[in-house]
Amino acid sequence: MIQAILVFNNHRKPRLVRFYQRFPEEIQQQIVRETFHLVLKRDDNICNFLEGGSLIGGSDYKLIYRHYATLYFVFCVDSSESELGILDLIQVFVETLDKCFENVCELDLIFHMDKVHYILQEVVMGGMVLETNMNEIVAQIEAQNRLEKSEGGLSAAPARAVSAVKNINLPEMPRNINIGDLNIKVPNLSQFV
Amino acid sequence: MALKMVKGSIDRMFDKNLQDLVRGIRNHKEDEAKYISQCIDEIKQELKQDNIAVKANAVCKLTYLQMLGYDISWAAFNIIEVMSASKFTFKRIGYLAASQCFHEGTDVIMLTTNQIRKDLSSPSQYDTGVALTGLSCFVTPDLARDLANDIMTLMSHTKPYIRKKAVLIMYKVFLKYPESLRPAFPRLKEKLEDPDPGVQSAAVNVICELARRNPKNYLSLAPLFFKLMTSSTNNWVLIKIIKLFGALTPLEPRLGKKLIEPLTNLIHSTSAMSLLYECVNTVIAVLISLSSGMPNHSASIQLCVQKLRILIEDSDQNLKYLGLLAMSKILRTHPKSVQAHKDLVLQCLDDKDESIRLRALDLLYGMVSKKNLMEIVKKLMTHVDKAEGTTYRDELLTKIIDICSQSNYQHITNFEWCGLWAGRAGGREAGWHWGLRGPSQTRSRRYISILVELTRLEGTRHGHLIAAQMLDVAIRVKAIRRFAVAQMSALLDSAHLVASSPQRSGICEVLYAAAWICGEFSEHLQEPQQTLEAMLRPKVTTLPGHIQAVYVQNVVKLYAAILQQKEQAADASAAQEVTQLLVERLPQFVQSADLEVQERASCILQLVKHVQKLQAKDVPVAEEVSSLFAGELNPVAPKAQKKVPIPEGLDLDAWINEPLSDSESEDEKPKAMFQDEEQRHTKPRAPEADEQELARRREARRQEQANNPFYIKSSPSPQKRYQDAPGVEHIPVVQIDLSVPLKVPGKCLWMPLSDQYVKLEEERRHRQRLEKDKRKKKKRERERRGTRRHSSLHTESDEDIAPAQRVDIITEEMPENALPSDEDDKDPNDPYRALDIDLDKPLADSEKLPVQKHRNAETSKSPEKEDVPLVEKKSKKPKKKEKKHKEKEREKKKKEVEKGEDLDFWLSTTPPAATPAPEELEVNTTVTVLKEEQEEPRGEEQDADEDREQDLEKKPSKHKKKKHKKDKEERPKDKRKSKKKVPPTDEEAAEPVENGTLDEEPLPPMSSYTLLAENSYIKMTYDVQGSLQKDSQVTVSVVLENQSDSFLKSMELNVLDSLNARLARPEGSSVHDGVPVPFQLPPGISNEAQFVFTIQSIVMAQKLKGTLSFIAKNDEGSTHEKLDFKLHFTCTSYLVTTPCYSDAFAKLLESGDLSMSSIKVDGISMSFHNLLAKICFHHHFSVVERVDSCASMYSRSIQGHHVCLLVKKGEKSVSVDGKCSDPTLLSNLLEEMKETLATC
Repeated sequence: MIQAILVFNNHRKPRLVRFYQRFPEEIQQQIVRETFHLVLKRDDNICNFLEGGSLIGGSDYKLIYRHYATLYFVFCVDSSESELGILDLIQVFVETLDKCFENVCELDLIFHMDKVHYILQEVVMGGMVLETNMNEIVAQIEAQNRLEKSEGGLSAAPARAVSAVKNINLPEMPRNINIGDLNIKVPNLSQFV
Repeated sequence: MALKMVKGSIDRMFDKNLQDLVRGIRNHKEDEAKYISQCIDEIKQELKQDNIAVKANAVCKLTYLQMLGYDISWAAFNIIEVMSASKFTFKRIGYLAASQCFHEGTDVIMLTTNQIRKDLSSPSQYDTGVALTGLSCFVTPDLARDLANDIMTLMSHTKPYIRKKAVLIMYKVFLKYPESLRPAFPRLKEKLEDPDPGVQSAAVNVICELARRNPKNYLSLAPLFFKLMTSSTNNWVLIKIIKLFGALTPLEPRLGKKLIEPLTNLIHSTSAMSLLYECVNTVIAVLISLSSGMPNHSASIQLCVQKLRILIEDSDQNLKYLGLLAMSKILRTHPKSVQAHKDLVLQCLDDKDESIRLRALDLLYGMVSKKNLMEIVKKLMTHVDKAEGTTYRDELLTKIIDICSQSNYQHITNFEWCGLWAGRAGGREAGWHWGLRGPSQTRSRRYISILVELTRLEGTRHGHLIAAQMLDVAIRVKAIRRFAVAQMSALLDSAHLVASSPQRSGICEVLYAAAWICGEFSEHLQEPQQTLEAMLRPKVTTLPGHIQAVYVQNVVKLYAAILQQKEQAADASAAQEVTQLLVERLPQFVQSADLEVQERASCILQLVKHVQKLQAKDVPVAEEVSSLFAGELNPVAPKAQKKVPIPEGLDLDAWINEPLSDSESEDEKPKAMFQDEEQRHTKPRAPEADEQELARRREARRQEQANNPFYIKSSPSPQKRYQDAPGVEHIPVVQIDLSVPLKVPGKCLWMPLSDQYVKLEEERRHRQRLEKDKRKKKKRERERRGTRRHSSLHTESDEDIAPAQRVDIITEEMPENALPSDEDDKDPNDPYRALDIDLDKPLADSEKLPVQKHRNAETSKSPEKEDVPLVEKKSKKPKKKEKKHKEKEREKKKKEVEKGEDLDFWLSTTPPAATPAPEELEVNTTVTVLKEEQEEPRGEEQDADEDREQDLEKKPSKHKKKKHKKDKEERPKDKRKSKKKVPPTDEEAAEPVENGTLDEEPLPPMSSYTLLAENSYIKMTYDVQGSLQKDSQVTVSVVLENQSDSFLKSMELNVLDSLNARLARPEGSSVHDGVPVPFQLPPGISNEAQFVFTIQSIVMAQKLKGTLSFIAKNDEGSTHEKLDFKLHFTCTSYLVTTPCYSDAFAKLLESGDLSMSSIKVDGISMSFHNLLAKICFHHHFSVVERVDSCASMYSRSIQGHHVCLLVKKGEKSVSVDGKCSDPTLLSNLLEEMKETLATC
């Protein structure tokens, strides 16, 4: 079982917080903080597994994470999950994000948290891995996006126009997460495809 | 109204959407909280609007705020509103918010039940998907109970996308509503073989999660998983299965044997590291489970270790880490194979990654041997110096101590230390026994310096540990004391360094040990005066109280030693100087806030002042002061108390407050006295015990818990001073069973027992006392005759065995071979415990998923009720489905039982060489049994087999047949009319189906469902079944499958009745009314409806014309549609499979009331076996007897006609001779059979 999926940036700003076990909001924030500190002090070239923090689970839980440019993707899992399998799953998730957002960068995650959630929902459901085949995931996401488009989406045209005006003063942000950049060795990415 | 709408949408223009909110927060870095609270106010306004889009937008923003840590539970109701929006866009937002913030405590969650049910049966797969995803996050026990059935229906949805989600969510449902596990399990199991890999993977996922918690219930699935393992190519699934096997092997060693080979193959063949790693892990688990009896698996171990070495040598840190992790598992059972890779592990200690270093440390612990101990510790010490980061250093420190003490523990096993039995202080480690001679002495010396070196560490938490070790070694190993004392005094001298910063508070614990050692063994001090001064420095008062207390106490010990020294040297002034020093310095302790320190200091201060006075008068005081601390403190075994001889006259069984106290009572002593006594009396005795006794003691020692290591005990020489009776050394203590605790006067042992037991106990003790009185008399006589008083000790402790036996009884009640992880260890609140359910047991009657009850088929008089709200109508569907499931499950269950029986067989088909003899025997018997079964009539066996092949929807009728055979007597008469299937009786369900596991050849899939009618909307297939109870009724099961994208509802079936056959309609409706179908069909769904027909004469086949009318609703609108069909009632459909024994069959044939007819069909290529199966299946016969290519068969019509067949197979032909009580029926039957056979 996956206990939690956390995405935060190098400055501890949460970008996605998904718990599969109920924690009150303040505890959730504590866990994010604790996890951040655990993960941050680790170099990029050391192993991606961590014995779990004190707040979430006990010794049965492991943190498995990957660091992409400005973002950390952390999965908290119990012993029923394969460590390397989860590492691959993170890669699948990020690659899916990359496909869905076309060159995903932190900004995409910041402004489209809901969409990131929807993508995640096609990968992991209720703490269990739902689908590992990226093509299948992307196909389902696209079908749902089409459905949403056919319904006119959430915001109607005028609202979009307004937000377009508001968009002018976007702060400067790193544009790209650069998945391939860090070249974390994925032992067997092909396994899911 | 219109104006309001317009206003609403204009307002919306200025509403913030999620992006605006995010942007706003980013632009208000300084006053973020304020900005957000402002936004929340806006959101609250938006939520009050009627426009669902505005609400959805608001909820979307709330979800974002939830991520930032804001509680949004106040909006729960609005979230539900958005969830129930009709548009997918909004619904998705609502469910997302719900999944983030709903939980069991959310009170409005119960309002969602109907909404979720509606979404689950929505025609759009994405609505269903979104509802399932949401539900998986916030499912509560109530939701699980109410929706379990709907979700189970979805497990057979046509879309794999829905199926896999439905399968996955079942795990959550099981957790919340464990009762659903058994009814749903068969279908879950079925999904393991789903054609869609995603669904299959989901099912594997769920079962693995279930099995991980309660593996023994899933052992019977092992063959299925084994098949999957060898056939699947999906690595994710493989990993899960392999992990599952890892959990199963400890329960079934035979499984392990079977696994080794395929796993080894996978290890060799796979390129995926994750799979390789899990394979290795499981092989290790297998090897552990086999470790006892399988010496010939060294090849597998070597393979594992080799592969792990490759992982560890890999540049990828992750692989390195996992490699070490797995290596430590092997270490536990096969340390030798790992020790060969010591170089590699030591290398890992230099790794830059802390996690890897920690793993390597773990490994080292197990790799230490006498030879390499020094090397490893040396290496570790250099790491201690290098290490930065306290966690790792602390870990290093404990590991060093662990490694040393552990290795010594091994060491002591071949090192006889005569003083051993006196016991040990019970320090943290169980076997810290340094020898008195040779190498161990130098080793302990080195160890002391290592410990001292360790104290130089900054900020360690393990001061305690080091202190305990120091004390332990110093006390235990006499030869080391001089060295230890020197080191400790140096340590005390530099105490200011050790205790300077508050950060070091942990390490100052070692001063406790240092002070005590210096005080106690002051005779070894080179410069006692200097140490004394060091201990009296003002700085000391900053130490923790308990350390100061030790300081104060040991200052006096030192003082006594110095006094003696000075007086011997006749240096009175020096002695007075020392006294003066004490008088000056002690007041700083008297002022201490710590009570213990204060009390000791003021007491000692007075003492010293008194000494000072005496010194002033030139009275020699050293002797008296030293006598305060005379005698040596030695470690005492915690068990020593049991060996304490009972003082004369002390009767431990005597009442403390007995009303009629006799002379015994005065001998009783308070407990404190007793303990005091014990402390003085225990002492090491000459090791006169025999080997066995020694072993037992050693064992006892091993089990000791770490306690306060310092029991005070008198040394052999002063002991005599306190001894009030002679000859203690000769007490035959050895004979006392150490495992029997001596009773202490407190009697509290029995307190918690029930009154009744106390009463019994009183009686028992009363008797004992009477007896004892008698004995006592004898004893006294004996004593008078000069017998040593303790000769009675043995007898007394015999009596004491009584309470211990009680404990034994309790342990006996434990199941044999109880697994350590069994129930007892489990947390009663463990949610997984409830899922510990036996899945192989057939389903009982009461076990079904709750379904909302309304329309009862029996009282189907009110089709008008159909206008009830949609939601309610929908829930009618589950009911039928439910029935169906139930039966299907039951059949599945039976198969499971078969499979369960198969398991043994499957497992035992390992190569005989690897199978121990008893198991081989088992194999043989299994085979014979199975062969015997094969001779049995095959009718029902085939049913079972065929069912397995059949489409899901088509099973129930098959089952019915079986049921008819089996429970004709028990069945209540009226059930048939009600169109209800009879609820399965336990008996029936429990009846195992003898299944031909060793079928000669697989039977082709067969279905008795035939196409009724079909158009673009709907497809109807049907099957007709009779029942022996209702002599003129048959049930027609019609499977309706929606083939369109439309939603089909208001289905109604009508038939033009004939004179002979009539549709049973609800009461009060005319012959022209149709019978409503009790469910609706979303696109792609199929469901089964049943209709009862009354038949007058069954000797002829007949056809009925009928129509199905329904409303098809899609996006464009709804249309009224019709589908005509012709129901064909064959004569076969009036037959009910009935078993018949050959003797009854013979009598029947002999009776001569039967008319005869026969047919012959040529050109048959099918095997006889399959042929019979076909006749049994399609024509409802059962085989009575079969000899070569000839078989007799029997069946019975619903009106009681006997039908007997003799089927003979020639070269290419089959001849069927039939006998029946009705010639017309027979000829019709044979005609029908001819048609069937012609297709063979």
